[in-house]
Amino acid sequence: MGKLKILLNGIIKDNPTFVLVLGMCPTLATTTSAINGMGMGAATMAVLICSNMVISLLAPVIPDKVRIPCYIVVIAAFVTVVQFLIQGFAPALYDSLGLFIPLIVVNCIVLGRAEAFANKNSIIDSALDGLGIGLGFTIALTCIGLVRELLGNLSVFGNKLAETDGMLIFVLAPGAFIVLGYLMVLFNKLVKKNK
Amino acid sequence: MEFLLIIISAVLVNNVILSQFLGICPFLGVSKKVSTAVGMSLALVLVMGLATLVTYLIQYNVLINTWFGEKMDITFMQTIVFILVIAALVQMVEIILKKINPVLYQALGIFLPLITTNCAVLGASLTVVQKEFAFGGGEAHMFNLGESVVYAMSLAIGFGVAIVLFAGIREQMELSNVPKAFKGTPIALITAGLLALAFMGFQGIV
Repeated sequence: MGKLKILLNGIIKDNPTFVLVLGMCPTLATTTSAINGMGMGAATMAVLICSNMVISLLAPVIPDKVRIPCYIVVIAAFVTVVQFLIQGFAPALYDSLGLFIPLIVVNCIVLGRAEAFANKNSIIDSALDGLGIGLGFTIALTCIGLVRELLGNLSVFGNKLAETDGMLIFVLAPGAFIVLGYLMVLFNKLVKKNK
Repeated sequence: MEFLLIIISAVLVNNVILSQFLGICPFLGVSKKVSTAVGMSLALVLVMGLATLVTYLIQYNVLINTWFGEKMDITFMQTIVFILVIAALVQMVEIILKKINPVLYQALGIFLPLITTNCAVLGASLTVVQKEFAFGGGEAHMFNLGESVVYAMSLAIGFGVAIVLFAGIREQMELSNVPKAFKGTPIALITAGLLALAFMGFQGIV
Protein backbone atom coordinates (compact mmCIF):
# COMPACT_ATOMS: atom_id res chain seq x y z
CA MET A 1 0.00 0.00 0.00
CA GLY A 2 1.39 3.41 -0.97
CA LYS A 3 2.14 5.90 1.77
CA LEU A 4 -0.25 8.47 0.31
CA LYS A 5 -3.02 5.90 0.16
CA ILE A 6 -2.65 5.14 3.88
CA LEU A 7 -2.97 8.84 4.61
CA LEU A 8 -5.99 9.43 2.37
CA ASN A 9 -7.70 6.25 3.57
CA GLY A 10 -8.38 7.81 6.97
CA ILE A 11 -9.84 11.00 5.53
CA ILE A 12 -12.43 9.59 3.12
CA LYS A 13 -12.78 5.81 2.84
CA ASP A 14 -12.34 5.04 6.54
CA ASN A 15 -13.45 8.41 7.92
CA PRO A 16 -13.86 7.65 11.65
CA THR A 17 -16.93 9.83 12.14
CA PHE A 18 -18.98 9.53 8.95
CA VAL A 19 -18.11 5.99 7.82
CA LEU A 20 -16.90 3.99 10.83
CA VAL A 21 -19.17 5.89 13.31
CA LEU A 22 -16.61 5.64 16.12
CA GLY A 23 -15.85 8.07 18.92
CA MET A 24 -19.32 9.60 18.95
CA CYS A 25 -19.16 11.10 22.46
CA PRO A 26 -16.51 13.79 21.82
CA THR A 27 -17.93 14.30 18.32
CA LEU A 28 -21.29 15.35 19.70
CA ALA A 29 -20.18 17.00 22.92
CA THR A 30 -17.29 19.24 21.88
CA THR A 31 -18.55 20.61 18.56
CA THR A 32 -20.45 23.59 19.96
CA SER A 33 -18.12 25.78 17.86
CA ALA A 34 -15.66 25.20 15.02
CA ILE A 35 -12.67 26.09 17.21
CA ASN A 36 -13.66 23.64 19.95
CA GLY A 37 -14.19 20.88 17.39
CA MET A 38 -10.82 21.56 15.85
CA GLY A 39 -9.11 21.56 19.26
CA MET A 40 -10.67 18.23 20.18
CA GLY A 41 -9.69 16.79 16.79
CA ALA A 42 -6.10 17.99 17.14
CA ALA A 43 -5.79 16.59 20.68
CA THR A 44 -7.11 13.21 19.53
CA MET A 45 -4.80 13.29 16.51
CA ALA A 46 -1.74 13.93 18.70
CA VAL A 47 -2.63 10.99 20.96
CA LEU A 48 -3.39 8.81 17.96
CA ILE A 49 -0.07 9.44 16.20
CA CYS A 50 2.03 8.95 19.37
CA SER A 51 0.19 5.85 20.58
CA ASN A 52 0.21 4.29 17.07
CA MET A 53 3.99 4.75 16.83
CA VAL A 54 4.75 3.39 20.30
CA ILE A 55 2.38 0.46 19.90
CA SER A 56 3.83 -0.52 16.53
CA LEU A 57 7.27 -0.56 18.21
CA LEU A 58 6.08 -2.51 21.25
CA ALA A 59 3.76 -4.95 19.47
CA PRO A 60 6.41 -7.69 18.93
CA VAL A 61 7.29 -7.64 22.66
CA ILE A 62 3.81 -7.56 24.18
CA PRO A 63 2.30 -11.01 24.86
CA ASP A 64 -0.91 -11.48 22.90
CA LYS A 65 -3.12 -12.15 25.94
CA VAL A 66 -2.43 -8.89 27.75
CA ARG A 67 -2.23 -6.64 24.71
CA ILE A 68 -5.42 -4.63 25.33
CA PRO A 69 -4.45 -3.50 28.88
CA CYS A 70 -0.97 -2.65 27.60
CA TYR A 71 -2.39 -0.55 24.76
CA ILE A 72 -4.69 1.24 27.22
CA VAL A 73 -1.74 2.14 29.48
CA VAL A 74 0.21 3.55 26.51
CA ILE A 75 -2.82 5.56 25.35
CA ALA A 76 -3.61 6.81 28.88
CA ALA A 77 -0.02 8.00 29.31
CA PHE A 78 -0.16 10.07 26.11
CA VAL A 79 -3.62 11.42 27.02
CA THR A 80 -2.21 12.65 30.33
CA VAL A 81 0.67 14.37 28.50
CA VAL A 82 -1.70 16.03 26.02
CA GLN A 83 -4.04 17.03 28.86
CA PHE A 84 -1.26 18.89 30.68
CA LEU A 85 -0.02 20.51 27.46
CA ILE A 86 -3.51 21.88 26.71
CA GLN A 87 -3.96 23.00 30.30
CA GLY A 88 -0.64 24.82 30.18
CA PHE A 89 -0.72 26.42 26.73
CA ALA A 90 -4.44 26.77 25.90
CA PRO A 91 -6.34 27.19 29.18
CA ALA A 92 -9.47 28.53 27.43
CA LEU A 93 -9.70 25.42 25.26
CA TYR A 94 -9.04 23.28 28.35
CA ASP A 95 -12.04 24.83 30.11
CA SER A 96 -14.41 24.33 27.19
CA LEU A 97 -13.36 20.73 26.43
CA GLY A 98 -13.25 19.84 30.13
CA LEU A 99 -13.99 16.21 30.90
CA PHE A 100 -13.62 15.13 27.29
CA ILE A 101 -9.81 15.40 27.26
CA PRO A 102 -9.24 12.55 29.77
CA LEU A 103 -12.03 10.68 27.98
CA ILE A 104 -9.84 10.37 24.84
CA VAL A 105 -8.59 7.23 26.65
CA VAL A 106 -11.89 5.46 26.02
CA ASN A 107 -12.32 6.86 22.51
CA CYS A 108 -12.80 3.74 20.41
CA ILE A 109 -10.93 5.28 17.45
CA VAL A 110 -7.59 5.27 19.28
CA LEU A 111 -7.83 1.72 20.61
CA GLY A 112 -9.41 0.61 17.34
CA ARG A 113 -6.46 1.82 15.23
CA ALA A 114 -3.97 0.25 17.67
CA GLU A 115 -5.71 -3.09 17.32
CA ALA A 116 -6.54 -2.92 13.61
CA PHE A 117 -3.45 -1.24 12.17
CA ALA A 118 -0.55 -0.29 14.45
CA ASN A 119 0.21 -3.75 15.86
CA LYS A 120 0.94 -5.27 12.46
CA ASN A 121 2.52 -2.42 10.49
CA SER A 122 5.82 -0.54 10.53
CA ILE A 123 6.31 2.57 12.65
CA ILE A 124 6.19 4.99 9.67
CA ASP A 125 3.01 3.47 8.26
CA SER A 126 1.45 3.56 11.73
CA ALA A 127 2.33 7.22 12.17
CA LEU A 128 0.82 8.00 8.74
CA ASP A 129 -2.31 6.03 9.61
CA GLY A 130 -2.60 7.99 12.85
CA LEU A 131 -2.16 11.23 10.93
CA GLY A 132 -4.76 10.24 8.30
CA ILE A 133 -7.41 9.04 10.75
CA GLY A 134 -6.65 12.01 13.00
CA LEU A 135 -7.08 14.44 10.09
CA GLY A 136 -10.33 12.72 9.07
CA PHE A 137 -11.60 13.10 12.63
CA THR A 138 -10.46 16.73 12.88
CA ILE A 139 -12.07 17.67 9.56
CA ALA A 140 -15.32 15.98 10.53
CA LEU A 141 -15.40 17.71 13.93
CA THR A 142 -14.57 21.09 12.43
CA CYS A 143 -17.36 20.69 9.83
CA ILE A 144 -19.92 19.79 12.50
CA GLY A 145 -18.69 22.65 14.70
CA LEU A 146 -18.86 25.07 11.79
CA VAL A 147 -22.46 24.16 10.91
CA ARG A 148 -23.61 24.25 14.54
CA GLU A 149 -21.89 27.56 15.19
CA LEU A 150 -23.25 29.10 12.01
CA LEU A 151 -26.84 28.00 12.62
CA GLY A 152 -26.86 28.48 16.37
CA ASN A 153 -24.80 31.63 16.80
CA LEU A 154 -24.58 33.14 13.30
CA SER A 155 -20.79 33.21 13.59
CA VAL A 156 -17.84 31.53 11.84
CA PHE A 157 -14.75 30.66 13.92
CA GLY A 158 -15.93 33.14 16.56
CA ASN A 159 -16.52 36.04 14.13
CA LYS A 160 -20.11 37.21 14.38
CA LEU A 161 -21.79 37.60 10.97
CA ALA A 162 -24.95 39.36 12.10
CA GLU A 163 -26.15 41.00 15.29
CA THR A 164 -29.30 38.90 15.63
CA ASP A 165 -29.38 35.64 17.59
CA GLY A 166 -29.25 32.34 15.73
CA MET A 167 -31.30 29.21 16.33
CA LEU A 168 -29.92 28.41 19.78
CA ILE A 169 -31.14 24.83 19.63
CA PHE A 170 -28.24 23.90 17.33
CA VAL A 171 -25.68 24.78 19.98
CA LEU A 172 -27.61 22.79 22.60
CA ALA A 173 -27.68 19.00 22.88
CA PRO A 174 -30.47 18.10 20.38
CA GLY A 175 -28.79 20.15 17.62
CA ALA A 176 -25.66 18.00 17.88
CA PHE A 177 -27.54 14.80 17.02
CA ILE A 178 -29.55 16.42 14.23
CA VAL A 179 -26.60 18.18 12.53
CA LEU A 180 -24.45 15.02 12.66
CA GLY A 181 -27.34 12.98 11.21
CA TYR A 182 -27.83 15.32 8.27
CA LEU A 183 -24.08 15.69 7.60
CA MET A 184 -23.83 11.90 7.51
CA VAL A 185 -26.61 11.80 4.91
CA LEU A 186 -24.73 14.39 2.84
CA PHE A 187 -21.48 12.40 3.11
CA ASN A 188 -23.25 9.18 2.06
CA LYS A 189 -24.73 10.93 -0.95
CA LEU A 190 -21.45 12.54 -2.07
CA VAL A 191 -19.24 9.48 -1.56
CA LYS A 192 -21.67 7.14 -3.27
CA LYS A 193 -21.87 9.46 -6.28
CA ASN A 194 -18.08 9.29 -6.65
CA LYS A 195 -18.08 5.48 -6.82
CA MET B 1 -34.27 15.02 50.29
CA GLU B 2 -30.92 15.77 48.72
CA PHE B 3 -30.58 12.21 47.45
CA LEU B 4 -33.94 12.60 45.74
CA LEU B 5 -32.72 15.77 44.04
CA ILE B 6 -29.53 14.04 42.91
CA ILE B 7 -31.53 11.15 41.44
CA ILE B 8 -34.02 13.36 39.58
CA SER B 9 -31.25 15.59 38.30
CA ALA B 10 -29.10 12.71 37.05
CA VAL B 11 -31.90 10.64 35.55
CA LEU B 12 -34.02 13.29 33.86
CA VAL B 13 -32.53 16.78 33.83
CA ASN B 14 -28.86 16.07 33.06
CA ASN B 15 -29.47 12.78 31.28
CA VAL B 16 -26.15 11.08 30.67
CA ILE B 17 -26.75 10.47 26.97
CA LEU B 18 -29.10 13.16 25.84
CA SER B 19 -27.50 16.12 27.57
CA GLN B 20 -24.01 15.07 28.67
CA PHE B 21 -23.08 12.95 25.62
CA LEU B 22 -21.48 10.09 27.55
CA GLY B 23 -21.95 6.51 26.38
CA ILE B 24 -23.18 7.27 22.86
CA CYS B 25 -21.47 4.21 21.33
CA PRO B 26 -23.50 1.59 23.24
CA PHE B 27 -26.53 3.89 22.89
CA LEU B 28 -26.35 3.58 19.10
CA GLY B 29 -24.91 0.06 19.10
CA VAL B 30 -27.15 -2.03 21.34
CA SER B 31 -30.43 -0.19 20.94
CA LYS B 32 -31.95 -2.24 18.14
CA LYS B 33 -34.05 -4.37 20.54
CA VAL B 34 -35.69 -3.44 23.85
CA SER B 35 -34.56 -6.65 25.59
CA THR B 36 -30.84 -6.13 24.88
CA ALA B 37 -31.17 -2.49 25.86
CA VAL B 38 -32.57 -3.52 29.26
CA GLY B 39 -29.72 -6.03 29.80
CA MET B 40 -27.09 -3.45 28.95
CA SER B 41 -28.51 -0.85 31.32
CA LEU B 42 -28.78 -3.32 34.23
CA ALA B 43 -25.14 -4.28 33.79
CA LEU B 44 -24.22 -0.61 33.62
CA VAL B 45 -26.00 0.27 36.90
CA LEU B 46 -23.99 -2.44 38.66
CA VAL B 47 -20.64 -1.50 37.12
CA MET B 48 -21.03 2.27 37.45
CA GLY B 49 -21.96 2.03 41.12
CA LEU B 50 -19.01 -0.24 41.88
CA ALA B 51 -16.51 1.68 39.73
CA THR B 52 -17.38 5.00 41.32
CA LEU B 53 -17.16 3.49 44.82
CA VAL B 54 -13.68 2.10 44.15
CA THR B 55 -12.26 5.08 42.23
CA TYR B 56 -13.62 7.50 44.83
CA LEU B 57 -11.79 5.62 47.59
CA ILE B 58 -8.62 5.49 45.48
CA GLN B 59 -8.76 9.21 44.72
CA TYR B 60 -8.95 10.24 48.37
CA ASN B 61 -6.94 7.44 49.99
CA VAL B 62 -4.19 6.78 47.46
CA LEU B 63 -3.83 9.66 45.02
CA ILE B 64 -4.31 12.61 47.39
CA ASN B 65 -3.32 11.05 50.73
CA THR B 66 -2.03 7.61 51.61
CA TRP B 67 -4.12 5.24 53.72
CA PHE B 68 -2.28 6.56 56.78
CA GLY B 69 -3.11 10.21 56.15
CA GLU B 70 0.23 11.35 54.78
CA LYS B 71 0.23 13.70 51.80
CA MET B 72 0.79 12.02 48.44
CA ASP B 73 -0.58 14.26 45.68
CA ILE B 74 -0.08 12.11 42.63
CA THR B 75 -3.41 13.15 41.06
CA PHE B 76 -1.67 13.47 37.69
CA MET B 77 -1.91 9.68 37.56
CA GLN B 78 -5.73 9.92 37.77
CA THR B 79 -6.59 9.00 34.17
CA ILE B 80 -4.23 6.01 33.99
CA VAL B 81 -5.17 4.66 37.42
CA PHE B 82 -8.93 5.06 36.92
CA ILE B 83 -9.09 3.35 33.53
CA LEU B 84 -7.00 0.41 34.75
CA VAL B 85 -9.13 0.06 37.88
CA ILE B 86 -12.31 0.10 35.80
CA ALA B 87 -10.98 -2.46 33.32
CA ALA B 88 -9.87 -4.77 36.14
CA LEU B 89 -13.14 -4.27 38.02
CA VAL B 90 -15.27 -5.18 35.01
CA GLN B 91 -13.23 -8.34 34.51
CA MET B 92 -13.60 -9.20 38.20
CA VAL B 93 -17.35 -8.62 38.26
CA GLU B 94 -17.62 -10.93 35.26
CA ILE B 95 -15.66 -13.73 36.97
CA ILE B 96 -17.47 -13.40 40.31
CA LEU B 97 -20.89 -13.24 38.69
CA LYS B 98 -20.13 -16.38 36.68
CA LYS B 99 -19.36 -18.24 39.93
CA ILE B 100 -22.11 -17.03 42.29
CA ASN B 101 -25.03 -16.24 40.01
CA PRO B 102 -24.87 -18.05 36.66
CA VAL B 103 -28.43 -17.00 35.75
CA LEU B 104 -27.63 -13.30 36.05
CA TYR B 105 -24.34 -13.95 34.27
CA GLN B 106 -26.19 -15.48 31.35
CA ALA B 107 -28.37 -12.39 31.13
CA LEU B 108 -25.63 -9.76 31.53
CA GLY B 109 -22.60 -11.74 30.33
CA ILE B 110 -22.11 -10.41 26.82
CA PHE B 111 -22.61 -6.79 27.87
CA LEU B 112 -19.97 -6.70 30.59
CA PRO B 113 -16.79 -6.63 28.45
CA LEU B 114 -18.35 -3.87 26.33
CA ILE B 115 -18.71 -1.66 29.37
CA THR B 116 -14.97 -1.03 29.79
CA THR B 117 -15.03 1.21 26.73
CA ASN B 118 -18.24 2.93 27.80
CA CYS B 119 -17.12 6.46 28.54
CA ALA B 120 -20.01 6.98 30.97
CA VAL B 121 -18.17 4.86 33.56
CA LEU B 122 -14.88 6.77 33.39
CA GLY B 123 -16.80 10.02 32.91
CA ALA B 124 -18.84 9.55 36.10
CA SER B 125 -15.78 8.51 38.14
CA LEU B 126 -13.90 11.60 37.01
CA THR B 127 -16.78 14.08 37.43
CA VAL B 128 -17.54 13.17 41.03
CA VAL B 129 -13.97 13.87 42.11
CA GLN B 130 -13.45 16.97 39.95
CA LYS B 131 -16.64 18.98 40.01
CA GLU B 132 -18.67 20.70 42.72
CA PHE B 133 -22.41 20.16 42.69
CA ALA B 134 -25.25 22.29 43.97
CA PHE B 135 -28.88 21.21 44.21
CA GLY B 136 -32.07 23.03 45.11
CA GLY B 137 -30.34 26.35 45.81
CA GLY B 138 -27.93 24.72 48.29
CA GLU B 139 -24.26 25.56 48.50
CA ALA B 140 -21.91 24.01 45.92
CA HIS B 141 -19.86 21.19 47.46
CA MET B 142 -17.81 18.13 46.52
CA PHE B 143 -19.80 14.90 46.75
CA ASN B 144 -19.12 12.53 49.65
CA LEU B 145 -18.90 8.78 49.09
CA GLY B 146 -22.64 8.06 49.43
CA GLU B 147 -23.67 10.91 47.15
CA SER B 148 -21.08 9.90 44.54
CA VAL B 149 -22.33 6.33 44.34
CA VAL B 150 -25.98 7.41 44.23
CA TYR B 151 -25.13 9.95 41.51
CA ALA B 152 -23.28 7.37 39.39
CA MET B 153 -26.06 4.81 39.71
CA SER B 154 -28.69 7.42 38.83
CA LEU B 155 -26.69 8.33 35.75
CA ALA B 156 -26.77 4.66 34.76
CA ILE B 157 -30.54 4.57 35.36
CA GLY B 158 -30.83 7.66 33.16
CA PHE B 159 -28.87 5.78 30.51
CA GLY B 160 -31.38 2.93 30.89
CA VAL B 161 -34.40 5.22 30.52
CA ALA B 162 -32.98 6.83 27.38
CA ILE B 163 -31.79 3.63 25.70
CA VAL B 164 -35.03 1.70 26.38
CA LEU B 165 -37.16 4.57 25.00
CA PHE B 166 -34.84 4.79 22.00
CA ALA B 167 -34.92 1.03 21.37
CA GLY B 168 -38.71 1.16 21.44
CA ILE B 169 -38.72 3.88 18.80
CA ARG B 170 -36.16 2.01 16.67
CA GLU B 171 -38.23 -1.17 16.74
CA GLN B 172 -41.13 0.81 15.30
CA MET B 173 -38.84 2.43 12.75
CA GLU B 174 -37.93 -0.96 11.26
CA LEU B 175 -41.39 -1.01 9.74
CA SER B 176 -41.39 2.48 8.32
CA ASN B 177 -40.15 3.56 4.93
CA VAL B 178 -36.92 5.56 5.35
CA PRO B 179 -35.21 7.32 2.39
CA LYS B 180 -32.14 5.40 1.22
CA ALA B 181 -29.48 7.92 2.23
CA PHE B 182 -30.98 8.17 5.75
CA LYS B 183 -30.97 4.40 6.44
CA GLY B 184 -29.04 3.17 9.47
CA THR B 185 -27.12 5.60 11.64
CA PRO B 186 -28.31 8.96 10.21
CA ILE B 187 -32.00 8.38 10.94
CA ALA B 188 -31.05 6.97 14.37
CA LEU B 189 -29.13 10.18 15.13
CA ILE B 190 -31.98 12.41 14.04
CA THR B 191 -34.40 10.38 16.17
CA ALA B 192 -32.01 10.73 19.12
CA GLY B 193 -31.99 14.47 18.49
CA LEU B 194 -35.79 14.61 18.77
CA LEU B 195 -35.63 12.52 21.96
CA ALA B 196 -33.05 14.97 23.36
CA LEU B 197 -35.41 17.80 22.45
CA ALA B 198 -38.16 16.10 24.46
CA PHE B 199 -35.83 15.65 27.45
CA MET B 200 -34.99 19.36 27.38
CA GLY B 201 -38.49 19.86 28.73
CA PHE B 202 -37.25 18.61 32.11
CA GLN B 203 -34.78 21.45 32.38
CA GLY B 204 -35.35 23.70 35.36
CA ILE B 205 -37.22 21.29 37.64
CA VAL B 206 -34.23 20.86 39.98
